[in-house]
Amino acid sequence: METETTELEATSAEARVFDLAETDVRELNSELHAPSAQSYVVQNPRGAHAVAAGVHDDVEIRIEGDVGYFCAGMNQRAHITIEGSAGPGVAENMMSGSVRVKDDASQSAGATAHGGLLVIEGNASTRCGISLKGADIVVHGNIGAMSAFMAQAGRIVVCGNAADGLGDSIYEARIYVRGTVGDLGADCIEKEMGDEHRAELAELLRESGKAAEADDDDYLGGFRRYGSGRTLYHFTSDQSGSY
Amino acid sequence: MRTPEDRGLRESATYDRFHIAAIRHAAETGVYDIRGWGAKRKVPHFDDLLFLGSSMSRYPLEGYRERCDTDVPLGGHHGATPVHLSTPITIAGMSFGALSGQAKEALGRGASEVGTSTTTGDGGMTEEERGHSDKLVYQLLPSRYGVNPDHLRSADAIEVVLGQGAKPGGGGMLLGQKISERVAGMRTLPAGIDQRSACRHPDWTGPDDLTIKIHELREITDWKTPIYVKIGASRPYYDTKLAVAAGADVIVLDGMQGGTAATQEVFIEHVGIPILAALPQAVQALQELGLHRKVQLMASGGIRNGADVAKALALGADAVSIGTAALIALGDNDPKYAEEYERLGSAAGYYDDFQDGRDPTGISTQDPKLAARLDPVAAGKRLANYLRVLTLEAQTLARACGKAHLLHLEPEDMVALTIEASAMSRIPLAGTSWVPGAKHHQYD
Repeated sequence: METETTELEATSAEARVFDLAETDVRELNSELHAPSAQSYVVQNPRGAHAVAAGVHDDVEIRIEGDVGYFCAGMNQRAHITIEGSAGPGVAENMMSGSVRVKDDASQSAGATAHGGLLVIEGNASTRCGISLKGADIVVHGNIGAMSAFMAQAGRIVVCGNAADGLGDSIYEARIYVRGTVGDLGADCIEKEMGDEHRAELAELLRESGKAAEADDDDYLGGFRRYGSGRTLYHFTSDQSGSY
Repeated sequence: MRTPEDRGLRESATYDRFHIAAIRHAAETGVYDIRGWGAKRKVPHFDDLLFLGSSMSRYPLEGYRERCDTDVPLGGHHGATPVHLSTPITIAGMSFGALSGQAKEALGRGASEVGTSTTTGDGGMTEEERGHSDKLVYQLLPSRYGVNPDHLRSADAIEVVLGQGAKPGGGGMLLGQKISERVAGMRTLPAGIDQRSACRHPDWTGPDDLTIKIHELREITDWKTPIYVKIGASRPYYDTKLAVAAGADVIVLDGMQGGTAATQEVFIEHVGIPILAALPQAVQALQELGLHRKVQLMASGGIRNGADVAKALALGADAVSIGTAALIALGDNDPKYAEEYERLGSAAGYYDDFQDGRDPTGISTQDPKLAARLDPVAAGKRLANYLRVLTLEAQTLARACGKAHLLHLEPEDMVALTIEASAMSRIPLAGTSWVPGAKHHQYD
């Protein structure tokens, strides 16, 4: 896992602007893979796929609008803000850096991500954090069904509600939900909320931009923690009805 | 000692010794059999095809004088840098985890010595294989264990795995005895657990999504890296067309005889179709698209000798890959470990418990003491020897058919020995012009 970088302090006045109404994703990503600037603004993304995918430098990228599939895919070190909604697989397999979606995210947000922070200020659809491998995801709204499926490591914070099948076949990832939770997935159980869990929850909320809530004991007290019951870690014939 | 047959006893063809043992095992343990290797049942195969060789109407090449080239470029259809192979026989994807680090290094050494590629597996890329593989294909599997964009960019090709011949529709499996600290670390899993891999990719569903996924992979690698798509042989005609439409540069088609490190016996033996039946369907799909030999086709599953290689190419493949045979070349099932195999309840030549982690040869294990038995340099040399023999054998057959390049082999060079093989391969039954199921006879 890579070391988290601090956010750059470049101002938008210094930012290099790419207007996807005038150029294409290939030209944008080609520049972002060998950046000549520290800060970028992407205009008119209009649902394009793979915007800012494969970036591996300490750059700031602000995307002014909605993006399609796999925005910020496999991100390393970059800090990317999407001022709109994101299609499926936003920040999939992210290694480090951060990605912030100001509106909603479609399915498989943060899938298999190994590191870094994904913040979704709206809602996230189904399979959020599927197969998560160490990254942190904070969703200010609700998340859809089958989220955290087979999630191996990392943390998911949901300030709203979680739909059915949460944490199905989960390994060692930790989930915090403040609202209601539908049926839990196979081998996902509610766990005790210790001081160390409350501390990491507060820290994640703070990093996601909810500083006031992070300092509010009543707000924190509304969260419940979920994780693996570890009953499916070894095959036995008794498991045939478990999934 | 008189055998039961000598005494006039009759063994059931339906309830034979294997099936009786399987019933007893299930009754005693309450678990199904999980094992390695591929399908062991007899299925129509390349053995059921013959080359015709040259005759009055065909002119052969001199065996030891005239060139029969073997080089193949793979993956340049969409402008990526092709993988140039000196021989069209590659090493199939096998994971570190399933195999020891020494075995992965040996595969890299052997493949590199003869100018061909090796392939990662479920679990990411290790230093052993990248360091010793001149040409390395990086697999992107549903589990995404250890997927790292730095590795993606360092690969010579990327193989998006939809399935494998041993278990089309099934996910990976690695039992706890092989989840060492290093394997666990690479896969972000607790050590010692029985690991279940997903069978579906986590961030895309269906061929339209795959198009977008491949586009993302091309963007991440700046369009420099060929994209292979691997499918388990089940519906290869449609799968090939869909994979090509999704943007694949190379189709990897794995027949049911293809190996696995750990899968349920019932899955291995009862799901998927033989490579002999699958290959012509994939070729037809490419031909209908006008892309045969442009989008390359890699065949695998039961490739054992140069005849199998030549027949796969003659049916329309551009290359083949080997897994089980490569492990045997490294030393798997070596008779010198006969006593140890017996102690494990198996026998040399029968050993398939790759899931078990106690492989006496040090190949399918994470036990450091067992793994140390495999000398990667010597084993790599054995693999290189074997790959050279396969290539020489294929060249011998191609020259006999008058071909100056292995890829000049064609269906017309062959006949089928059985009706089943003829129907599956679309090659006429020997001595006839008949292809069962064909609308027109070849010589009509």
